[in-house]
Amino acid sequence: MGGLPADRVVPSEHDTAEWERRVDALMTLLSGVKGGPPRMTVDELRKNIEAIGPEAYDKMSYYERWVTSITQTMIQRGIITTDELGQKMEAVRARPEAKCKK
Amino acid sequence: MQEVAGSAGGQYPTSYRAVARRFAPGERVRVRATAPLGHIRTPFYIRGHVGVIERYCGAFPNPEELAQMRDGLPAQPLYRVRFLQTEVWPDYAGEANDTIDIEIFQHWLEGLKGGADETSPPPSDPPRARP
Repeated sequence: MGGLPADRVVPSEHDTAEWERRVDALMTLLSGVKGGPPRMTVDELRKNIEAIGPEAYDKMSYYERWVTSITQTMIQRGIITTDELGQKMEAVRARPEAKCKK
Repeated sequence: MQEVAGSAGGQYPTSYRAVARRFAPGERVRVRATAPLGHIRTPFYIRGHVGVIERYCGAFPNPEELAQMRDGLPAQPLYRVRFLQTEVWPDYAGEANDTIDIEIFQHWLEGLKGGADETSPPPSDPPRARP
């Protein structure tokens, strides 16, 4: 992705949601700049954002792309497995508060 | 190989095993016009164009390798390269001497000093971004 002609850029202020701040913090911690072991680089973040695919890329928001890319990188590095991710997503979906929102 | 002090501070390493510098400020260079697969920091729109080395920025692990979970060493020299906007964008409507600076790694640059191709135009069909 990138390098393609775009429409006019309209700057606008917007609030950051709590989950978006968490994704930002997650990337900071995983990159190791706060002193923990480095688990990924910004270059892997970019690589896996570029790999999302044009249609999905356009549908996702900025931090949705980030969390998708971070997750893909964790799977590629073997820090989590696809199966573990799937199990966890099912467990989260089964939480009472998730059912309320549905 | 040489040890090069990078400009990145803080908790990042500041020197890496690096390949030797090939360019000095003021030298004319052409950006390679190629479009391999992988994660590449060289913008599509600048590939094939000719600019002038504005400054040396330090040597840093190659992001093309970092993106693939390797260490990116030896580090690649990084330069700030200055281009004429009118040379980059055929329909540029601003001042004739407007410039754009782009930081580009050495392995994407070819030297032009004294070369016969110094005055040749960039390829007429530069590589495009994939859709």
